[in-house]
Amino acid sequence: MKNETTEMDIKNDTVPATSAKAVIEISNLVKSFGKSEILTDLSLSLYDNENLVVLGKSGTGKSVLIKCIVGLLPSDSGIISVFGKNVLDLNSKELNDLRQKIGFLFQSGALYDSMTVKQNLEFPLRRIKKDLNEAEIAEKVNEVLENVGLADALNKMPSELSGGMRKRISLARTIIVDPLIMLYDEPTTGLDPITSDEISSLIIDVQKKYKTSSIIITHDINCAIKTANRVIMLKGGKVYQEGSVESFQKSTDEEITAFFKLN
Amino acid sequence: MENKDLGSTAIQKPPMEKTQPKKLQIALKEKTAEVNNFLTSIADLILFVVRVVRETFSRGFEFNEFLHQCFQIGYKSLPLISITGAIMGLVLTIQSRPILVDFGAVSMLPGMVTISLIREMGPVITALICAGKIGSGMGAELGSMKVTEQIDAMEVSSTNPMRFLVVTRILAATLMIPLLILYADFMGILGCWLGANIKGEVPFVLFIGQAFGHVHFSDLFPAVIKSFFFGGVIGLVGCYKGYNAGRGTESVGIAANSAVVSASFWVIIIDMIAVQITDMLL
Repeated sequence: MKNETTEMDIKNDTVPATSAKAVIEISNLVKSFGKSEILTDLSLSLYDNENLVVLGKSGTGKSVLIKCIVGLLPSDSGIISVFGKNVLDLNSKELNDLRQKIGFLFQSGALYDSMTVKQNLEFPLRRIKKDLNEAEIAEKVNEVLENVGLADALNKMPSELSGGMRKRISLARTIIVDPLIMLYDEPTTGLDPITSDEISSLIIDVQKKYKTSSIIITHDINCAIKTANRVIMLKGGKVYQEGSVESFQKSTDEEITAFFKLN
Repeated sequence: MENKDLGSTAIQKPPMEKTQPKKLQIALKEKTAEVNNFLTSIADLILFVVRVVRETFSRGFEFNEFLHQCFQIGYKSLPLISITGAIMGLVLTIQSRPILVDFGAVSMLPGMVTISLIREMGPVITALICAGKIGSGMGAELGSMKVTEQIDAMEVSSTNPMRFLVVTRILAATLMIPLLILYADFMGILGCWLGANIKGEVPFVLFIGQAFGHVHFSDLFPAVIKSFFFGGVIGLVGCYKGYNAGRGTESVGIAANSAVVSASFWVIIIDMIAVQITDMLL
């Protein structure tokens, strides 16, 4: 019994070791679809240069949460403060400016099917970094492709890529504009364990190299263990538990043990 | 004896006067939901049109994407329009010839076919073909982009998907479909010349003289004007159906299918209105 971590231990473990400032602060977020309330009074913070893993069963509102952060879904009430600006109060131009600081890796990769890998990578770059010339764009494209280990995929179409390659290219497209915050929506879903591990390593590399703060939505416990500085578990549309990976692993809470053991 | 009684109780129907109002209530609810859905879809379409108009005249027009769409819609449709246009003229000629021969008016054949092509057959048939090819293409492409989160990805890349995907496609269709219709008319007239030469020899210069001898500006002008409306409605309906597709892969098929059906329907309706207006004015 002595080794078992209690709920109180987990709660005490939530404050990051460094006194880092919060880049995202969410308070009392509520989001419903029709009569079904997905997020109910959710509050959390993401600190600077931190990887925050969000766990939870399907339908607990994990993806909805990050879509609300980036303004893809309008929330019903609450505050989503990103770099001190409430997303809900921004007009479309201000929201676009804010989005330039946020990278979003979609579950499906969301590569543009009609464009080559090169065009996919150039697309956000030409729109966000308008002052770059052709040589600088080419250099940036090659740099991110090398970072994700796919330098030879430049002229391929997305349909020619495997699931893991699509995820890597999608990650390259996200980091090409040097975002300050990364939002990963189930980055390892549908991938084999080896490729999943490679993607998890890439997430850590991105954090170190680009000094990003990240929210990682995942079901993959191995990915969570490898990437997380802090873990949050959602249940019933709000934060159920919060702590380090170790504290979650040692937890005796049935919900948490079931999640970790079944994975 | 007891079992028999139970059996008869089990199949006993509730009294008619109680079931009738319930059925009526259910039917009424269903009809109300249908009317609600219909009104909602009309409101959605109006909002979509308003947004398209607003984005069209806002700053930051996606000119390169517009040119790309013009190429996709215009140039890539040329083979299909060439063949169907030529066959349209050929078939009209072959079908009309025996009747005109009976009336001794075979020399009217090029003029009659040309007027039919320019005023009605060319615009409507080409527009219906474009509704099938271009409308369904837009519905399926945008629908699959929606399903695979590509539209969301565009939005988080600080790109307005409405301006990049929808406005460019609608404008390209509005510009290219009238040009395709004029091209189909031209191919139809060539087909007519071929048809006229199957049974007899008609020199090209003489044929062109006979064909355009009866054509007036009032034949061409209304046809060109309505062609722009055909193009606009095909682009608008295709984009609306694709952009508002549901989340599952099934929605892509539904979007493509309903884009073709709705665009074809609106082409016929616009044609009817255009004919009435032309008849009143000219």
